[in-house]
Amino acid sequence: MSEKAKGDLLGAACPVPIIDHKQIVLGHGSGGKLTADLVQKIFLPAFNNPYLERLDDQAVFHLNGTRLALTTDSFVVTPIFFPGGDIGRLAVNGTVNDLAMSGARPLYIAAAFILEEGLLTDDLGRISGSMQAAASEAGVSVVTGDTKVVNRGKGDQVFITTTGLGIIEKPVTISADRAQPGDKILLSGYIGDHGIAIMSQRENLEFEGAVESDTAPLHSLVAAMLEASLEIHCLRDPTRGGVATTLNEIAARSRIGMELEEREIPVREAVKGACEILGLDPLYVANEGKLLAVVAPEAASGVLEKMRAHPLGRGARLIGAVVAEHAPLVLMRTEVGGTRIVDLMIGEQLPRIC
Amino acid sequence: MKYLDEYRNGEIARNLIQEIGRILTRSWVLMEVCGGQTHTIVKHGLDTMLPEGIELVHGPGCPVCVTSLELIDKAHAIARRPEVIFCSFGDMLRVPGSVCDLFTLKSQGADVRVVYSPLDCLKIARANPHKKVVFFAIGFETTAPANAMLVWRARREEVRNVSVLVSHVLVPPAITAILESPYNRVQGFLGPGHVCAVMGYEEYEPISARFKVPIVITGFEPLDLLEGTLITLRQLESGRAEVENQYGRAVTREGNKAAKQLVFSVFEIGDRKWRGVGAIPRSGYKLRPEFYDYDAERLFEVQEISTEEPAICISGQILRGIKKPHDCPAFGTLCNPEHPLGATMVSAEGACAAYYTYGRHLKEEVR
Amino acid sequence: MCLGIPGKVLESFDVNGLRMAKVQFGGIVREACLEYTPEAAVGDYVIVHVGFAISKVDEEEAARTYKLLEEMGQLGELEAPDAEDSAARGSGP
Repeated sequence: MSEKAKGDLLGAACPVPIIDHKQIVLGHGSGGKLTADLVQKIFLPAFNNPYLERLDDQAVFHLNGTRLALTTDSFVVTPIFFPGGDIGRLAVNGTVNDLAMSGARPLYIAAAFILEEGLLTDDLGRISGSMQAAASEAGVSVVTGDTKVVNRGKGDQVFITTTGLGIIEKPVTISADRAQPGDKILLSGYIGDHGIAIMSQRENLEFEGAVESDTAPLHSLVAAMLEASLEIHCLRDPTRGGVATTLNEIAARSRIGMELEEREIPVREAVKGACEILGLDPLYVANEGKLLAVVAPEAASGVLEKMRAHPLGRGARLIGAVVAEHAPLVLMRTEVGGTRIVDLMIGEQLPRIC
Repeated sequence: MKYLDEYRNGEIARNLIQEIGRILTRSWVLMEVCGGQTHTIVKHGLDTMLPEGIELVHGPGCPVCVTSLELIDKAHAIARRPEVIFCSFGDMLRVPGSVCDLFTLKSQGADVRVVYSPLDCLKIARANPHKKVVFFAIGFETTAPANAMLVWRARREEVRNVSVLVSHVLVPPAITAILESPYNRVQGFLGPGHVCAVMGYEEYEPISARFKVPIVITGFEPLDLLEGTLITLRQLESGRAEVENQYGRAVTREGNKAAKQLVFSVFEIGDRKWRGVGAIPRSGYKLRPEFYDYDAERLFEVQEISTEEPAICISGQILRGIKKPHDCPAFGTLCNPEHPLGATMVSAEGACAAYYTYGRHLKEEVR
Repeated sequence: MCLGIPGKVLESFDVNGLRMAKVQFGGIVREACLEYTPEAAVGDYVIVHVGFAISKVDEEEAARTYKLLEEMGQLGELEAPDAEDSAARGSGP
């Protein structure tokens, strides 16, 4: 490297990490820094509107006096059948949850299928049956859809893209930018189940042990929480990228800091064991049936009680608080008593030997 | 989890910290050798708990970081070939060579697979008889028994379509190189627990004696590291310099005889180039001649590629404990895990990457 | 380096002459090779690195050293290897 170039580099001390990919890599889909980068550098400038800028999992807008929530999501999970569910169930619950996180009652789902040539028709039948079962459990209907088929090798058996529509009936504004110093952070239960269930099926990483995906529709849990208090400022389901990524997003959007207690964050023994041997951190592992809530301090105990009374919130815990200091850092007091920063993940978490 | 959870006990940790504070009369610089130990320290915030006056510098115990650029480029050249199934531990996937990394090659269509155990490669080789399976055999002495077993069994079971690309590095020569440097600041070592579970700790005794430094073989859980620190400080404060074993539940002085036997049947000691540090004589393992037919470097004619590390990168000094990630002008800005400039940022275990992952580029002092 | 996790041997068996085992880590079970820990029996704990047991956990030693750690807070000082030194520093009873 020439002296001049070295000088230039030293002079150009830009605080934003340089992410200079000429091609999309798998990490762009992991929900961490690379994904955020894609959104910031490509999608936001391209679409440029105030709804999108909020970067919530759903868009909320008024239509003739009614508040509606609209969301979309794609499901590309492999394997398509896994312990605790399948891609169909995941698709319906995932969409229901994106709507529920705005306080909406989910109503209708549209589902588009991209099928790979060679997919077993029976498998498609199973997936559709699964979707219908999940839909009726959640009180929604799959009202329209589309089907395309791509050549063998051009798709991973089946991709499902859903669009969901819901209605917000309570006078709440739930959004990632509403967290305030003093707010309490609540988590609805055990983390890491879904990601580890999927990992347990991956080639060469298999293990035995009942870890099932926690895929579940959370709208009735949210409804119960809203009965306790309307002072719920943020709601997010920590899917890809896990709890760590979700909390960092909220901290960034709300421009606040967070302080967590590691000992309050519940992890099942089986998930812990799998994470230990593979060298993964449960805070970054995907969940599909859990939520994080940031609530006003006076509402916290009431909301927590309602959560614990609900089948999907039995393991709910108060895991931390929002602070004004060190924004937008999420700090955590570790179980041993030290302090650690919980940062955004870079790319996909990979098993390690070191 | 037994033998794990109890070593994360907060009360005992506090007592250890208190005892450390009680005996400390001046400042000391300690080095924890293993990347895994660095990981634990930063993940649990152990360094935020230690009293001022104890500086922990991070050692070169990251076999991923120190794998030479040439070898990584060779790995990539091999992985690109259509007849090859390239298998690796997850750690190596994001390590950049001169052009790109294994992850990118995978996105371009190369058959790159993550394995948990080297033995998985035998299964893959048998399932794909018309392909050539190549395993990236990296690691310190800890991983050598596993890698050796792959080669041993391949011969025994006559699996012909598997080979290994070897990049084993050894800890004692690395520690010696650090201590020999005129810029060395390290006064005591937390020794590599799992390396010693395999090799024993006899070979550290002459090093400790020659340089008059305490070397305390330490485990990987928070209480292990705190206890190891305490034992090292006790020695330093009382002017002693010996090898002690904190990790007695897993380490003995002689090590694992069965493992050592197989390792030395398959590998022999040779010179090795360490990324960011340079060539250290007799600091690595290579295959013995009787196993040359499993040596990927010989089987695939991969040309030598001339490589140059970016001048701004100070990973050589970081690996030797002379500087810390913060001292580098590029840390967290030009150089980050997505776009690493050098050895210590390339893998999740490198000091720079560990610091970065745990947010240290954002907040220098975390208390 | 060297992610080595302690697990409990549930059963051991032979695969092509290689001694393997089912090892339990918390709530999951994974296979590991026991060739390097021939003395490990069902019920023992081993440290597993990349699918190989590299050491058998010395449970007695673990219990002994852990007890010392636990007692540290209670006695006001860790049982020091060099008792003279501790006395010289005037620490504890």
